[in-house]
Amino acid sequence: MRSPPLRWSSGVLRRVGLTGRTVVIGVPWLWLLLFFVIPFLIVLKISFADTRLGVPPYTPLLDWVDGKYLQFRLNTGNFMFLLQDSLYAQAFLSSIKVAFFSTVFCLLIGYPMSYAIARANASWRNTLLMLIILPFWTSFLLRVYAWIGLLRNNGVINNILMSLGIIHEPIVMMQTDFAMYIGIVYSYLPFMILPLYANLEKHDQSLIEAAVDLGCKPFRAFMLITLPLSKPGVIAGSMLVFIPAVGEFVIPRLLGGTDSLMIGRVLWDEFFLNRDWPVASAVAIALLLALVVPIMIFQRYQLKATQSGAAVAGGRG
Amino acid sequence: MNARADERREPWKDPRAEAYIRVENVTKQFGDFVAVNDVSLSVYRREIFCLLGGSGCGKTTLLRMLAGFERPTSGRIFIDGQNMDGVPPYDRPVNMMFQSYALFPHMTVEQNVAFGLKQEGLRRAEITDRVADMLGIVKLKGFEQRKPHQLSGGQRQRVALARSLIKRPKLLLLDEPLGALDKKLREHTQFELVNIQERLGVTFVVVTHDQEEAMTLASRIGVMNHGRIVQVGTPLDIYEFPNTRFVSEFIGNVNMFEGRIVEDEPGYVVIQSPELGTPIYVGHGVSAAPEAVVWAAVRPEKILLTREPPANTKYNCAQGTIKEIAYMGDLSIYLIPLDSGKTVRVTQPNAFRHAEARLTWDDRVWVSWHESSAVVVTE
Amino acid sequence: MNNKAYFRLTALVLGFAFLYVPILSMIIFSFNESKLVTVWGGFSLKWYGVLFNDRQMLAGAWLSLQIAAVTATGAVVVGTMAGMVLARFGRFRGRTLFSGMVSAPLVMPDVITGLSLLLLFVAFAPLPFVPDQRGFSTIAIAHVTLTLSYVTVIVQSRLATMDESIEEAAMDLGARPFKVFLLITMPIIAPAIISGWLLAFTLSLDDLVIATFTAGPSTNTLPMMIFSKVRLGVTPEINALATIMVGVVTLFVIAAGVLMAHQEKARRRDIQMAQADS
Repeated sequence: MRSPPLRWSSGVLRRVGLTGRTVVIGVPWLWLLLFFVIPFLIVLKISFADTRLGVPPYTPLLDWVDGKYLQFRLNTGNFMFLLQDSLYAQAFLSSIKVAFFSTVFCLLIGYPMSYAIARANASWRNTLLMLIILPFWTSFLLRVYAWIGLLRNNGVINNILMSLGIIHEPIVMMQTDFAMYIGIVYSYLPFMILPLYANLEKHDQSLIEAAVDLGCKPFRAFMLITLPLSKPGVIAGSMLVFIPAVGEFVIPRLLGGTDSLMIGRVLWDEFFLNRDWPVASAVAIALLLALVVPIMIFQRYQLKATQSGAAVAGGRG
Repeated sequence: MNARADERREPWKDPRAEAYIRVENVTKQFGDFVAVNDVSLSVYRREIFCLLGGSGCGKTTLLRMLAGFERPTSGRIFIDGQNMDGVPPYDRPVNMMFQSYALFPHMTVEQNVAFGLKQEGLRRAEITDRVADMLGIVKLKGFEQRKPHQLSGGQRQRVALARSLIKRPKLLLLDEPLGALDKKLREHTQFELVNIQERLGVTFVVVTHDQEEAMTLASRIGVMNHGRIVQVGTPLDIYEFPNTRFVSEFIGNVNMFEGRIVEDEPGYVVIQSPELGTPIYVGHGVSAAPEAVVWAAVRPEKILLTREPPANTKYNCAQGTIKEIAYMGDLSIYLIPLDSGKTVRVTQPNAFRHAEARLTWDDRVWVSWHESSAVVVTE
Repeated sequence: MNNKAYFRLTALVLGFAFLYVPILSMIIFSFNESKLVTVWGGFSLKWYGVLFNDRQMLAGAWLSLQIAAVTATGAVVVGTMAGMVLARFGRFRGRTLFSGMVSAPLVMPDVITGLSLLLLFVAFAPLPFVPDQRGFSTIAIAHVTLTLSYVTVIVQSRLATMDESIEEAAMDLGARPFKVFLLITMPIIAPAIISGWLLAFTLSLDDLVIATFTAGPSTNTLPMMIFSKVRLGVTPEINALATIMVGVVTLFVIAAGVLMAHQEKARRRDIQMAQADS
């Protein structure tokens, strides 16, 4: 396997701009280390601690006892607690279920839309993309709030249906799983559409035309050619929806019912209502562990996407 | 024609001449892949030296090492006596004209051309003067304020040329300079490039896969294959005296006759070749093992076509039937399967407008050539 | 219209209806005199009045805008560096790890990021140079961490499609790497940097969860206020706020669209000019 030629930077900068290059790598690296990685380690540490009154409300890992002995206190009780109380397991499973179905719905709605935009006239395409992105630029919180206004018992939808005589009693839509799904799909739809569109746009239409010319029905051509080629886009979009949706908090709180258990809410409540930082940390660690595999899938896709661009640009004869 | 070796015009023939650019045993490896394999070259001042080869032969990598964008895995590069090891591109007295021209899209023509001088810290007045001068040389006066996307391909190339030449580099590297131009423009630009080079006295190293480009531009050509230099010589040397099968087949068209040496004398050799039928008499000595398998290479334009047998039917001739003719206007190309089974390619100028005896399909003809027309290659 | 086009049109219409119906309903009801959605009480601007008289809300909005501006600028600086590293620095030891660290925040659930950053600030509180009171600076740091990955993705993909030989040409002509970046690379990728800035700004302005975790007791950002108001019930002044936001964004988008169309026309004219006198 041939390795792509090194870029001028790695060969040349190494000698003169060594400090320059080190700075450019170093700043983001240090920032992320300090504000992304180390916090996770702290969460890990606190998940092994005990609550107590005071500031901060958890016991330290290492402690001086009587000024002489160093005591190492590892409390696995929090994790035991998570495993024993079925609430947490239920919340996890329900979150994964909700995230999974939301991803599926986003795909069902988002794929046709992305496809339609990718196949549209070039002059329309930019406008359509703008229209997709526009809601994304407006506040997510406000848009969820808008759904409250629509779905309430005396909300817009119920009012219209009642005034048309279709129903006589308002349909209960608020504080239900239904509302929650709508909210999640609505908010995350652009995250599905954009990577999908980016992928579909690059497809060479002449492949489909060649297939149809050779006698393949259009639908089959889609299944055999377009769909497989769009796999990277589907994966990227799905991960961008699924992973954050598992830990989603705002939408379940605003639109979901008290029995729609989501792990994000559990974490929030443990932290802010119960003031139990160690348990909240344990929940966070457990959530991270559950998400490790999807995150790695996403990162592999990202790495491949960036490297394929690099290989194309860097290959020389 | 100047047959004498003039040291000024052909410095490579002068053993006392100092090479301006010296590449010594340079190798470049990317992981397991060897792109440039132990290459040594000397380029003299004011030469146009062409690196010629197919894609993947390493010519572009070698060029980039001269520019400083790649570091040799081993070996050394000297420019005007100075070792370029560890010298970055911005510190080298070398400039490059990129295949894509690489013009700065957000700058005007004037700013593009002035860029290199600005980096040198010259005064504004001097920069303006030199830019105006240079634009005159490349015939782009009046285009100063245009941006690259407002220019045609040929104009962009001239901006790229001006931009790199304005720094008066010791060496100018050109990466496939004529590749993006259409045929007419290419011919015109070839001559312009040579003119500008002679006028300014800059040393050129050109990389190309196009033989015609190399033959027109170069004072000397270095043919490359699989990372190695296969032969270095003037266009004449390469064309008429190829040293290997590869070079003779790579440049132009050639007829190869495989055979064995049956007579080996200092002044001539005779090669027995079943592909021709009659033995091949080559009027110069060849150093090869006795009974070795060799190839006699005969260029299409060196072959004579006649209806009657030639004067000497003992050597260097055969009979065949014309199968294909391609009429190119100035010459015609004939494909002639010989009685021995091999097909030869012959070109003849169409010297007369009305030729009653013009050859046509299915004519029986004799092919023959002079004893000095064949070149013997051993690999 | 053939079947396929019909299908595509339907998909688009339904999809866009889904996206825009909530927004449109908010806009409509922001002008509703009555507080209730059941009744149209007549056209009125009174909720805009309520909004502009709500000093708390305005203070929260101002704070959020400031945080967003600082965040966007910080994210652009760090994110562009990371984008350069990934796009231009080839292979180096630890590249996979670096790439992983940069892309992880893109998908990390807000609650985890928020919790971890709060715990970081609490753990480091005793150190001398750390901001004692959680507030503006802590939220800004958290937001930069959240948004810099988005900037990196945008910058990196722009750099990947850019002709690298332009940067090489600049080096070849004598410019050192940092100068090449300032004079050549940055002007060319400027649109990507700007859209990165705008994206980071929006994400920061909109963030609720992380701000709640990392804000101090006395700090209230706009999303935090909206959230607490919304939990109590529907207040039409929120509709007014939403309408204003949608209006501003729409103006921006239209302006950008007009600008791009203008540039496209100029570009086409230039190409014709080049072909005419080649």
